[in-house]
Amino acid sequence: MISFWVLAPVMVLAALGILFVRKAVHAALLLAVVMISLAVQYAALDAPFLFAVQIIVYTGAILMLFLFVLMLVGVDASDSVVETIKGQRALATIGGLLLGVLLVVGVAQASLGTATGLDEANADGNVQGLANVLFSTWVLAFEVTSALLITAALGAMVLAHRERTTPKESQADLAAKRMRDYAERGAHLGPLPSPGVFARTNAVDTAALLPDGTAAEASVSRVLAARGTVRTAPAEDVERIERQIGDPSHRPEGAGKAGATGDTTETGPESGEEQA
Amino acid sequence: MTEYIVLSAILFTIGCVGVLVRRNAIVVFMCVELMLNASNLALVTFAKQHGNLDGQIAAFFVMVVAAAEVVVGLAIIMTIFRTRRSASVDDASLLKY
Repeated sequence: MISFWVLAPVMVLAALGILFVRKAVHAALLLAVVMISLAVQYAALDAPFLFAVQIIVYTGAILMLFLFVLMLVGVDASDSVVETIKGQRALATIGGLLLGVLLVVGVAQASLGTATGLDEANADGNVQGLANVLFSTWVLAFEVTSALLITAALGAMVLAHRERTTPKESQADLAAKRMRDYAERGAHLGPLPSPGVFARTNAVDTAALLPDGTAAEASVSRVLAARGTVRTAPAEDVERIERQIGDPSHRPEGAGKAGATGDTTETGPESGEEQA
Repeated sequence: MTEYIVLSAILFTIGCVGVLVRRNAIVVFMCVELMLNASNLALVTFAKQHGNLDGQIAAFFVMVVAAAEVVVGLAIIMTIFRTRRSASVDDASLLKY
């Protein structure tokens, strides 16, 4: 009973969280909390087999499938807050509250009496008991399940499969397309600049600096730019480095090559003096 | 045993409201899973109440069917996303007009 009272509030809070979080990934993680807590409840209800199945099938397989699809669809695909049907959210909340009150009051009115308990049914072990019932009374349903699973697997393959309607572009085609873009629109012909050639960092999320000191936007991945995690080399950084280069006491041993930044950050004279 | 049923009812209600309120098809799907889980909890509780393993078998079948349902459902969501570039349930309204 302790496990119930510890986990029940956690489950209800996590389930409520699914209603309110904006990001789908957070909803999936909250659902994982609910499902694992539910597995513990099953263990407390003398259902060790379902405890394992709940963790393996639900948390391990189904939720991972959700997360895979979230990755494919885009992690940043968050919910819009715009109501398409006016007053729908309020009505849904009221309806949900009514349903909840109805169910809880209805359940509370019924007296279940003392539980029989599964000690007798689980006498040979829960898995053996389940197997006895599953392969005698429910054997037809069990066999039909296999047809269902095969149908589902085939259906998923058919739905996810995409027939190629145009031939795959070869390397020669891509090169010709690139040349055509250059001829028609003047698009840059060569490879994109690499990120982070600014001497302070070689991280992929830092834009390279052009000779005039501005950031080369094409040098960082579009994905990083869309997420807004691109670090720019800020002007004060450039000044700080200029100061460090100018002040020999701050200069670490063997950092003479730092003068290479002088080309891009107009510290030419100072670094020139030091090297001299 | 009543408190387990009450918990199951609360979780079912939350899943219900989630299906009605959320716009992202994947989150709507998660709420359907929450409702299935809530009903499973009720089934397992009744199995213990009656000292009979049929409830656990029913919960087991619900899990199997849920697995199959999730596979097909997510494939449908993927297909819709591929053509419409959106996972919102409001954008799949081709049959409306």
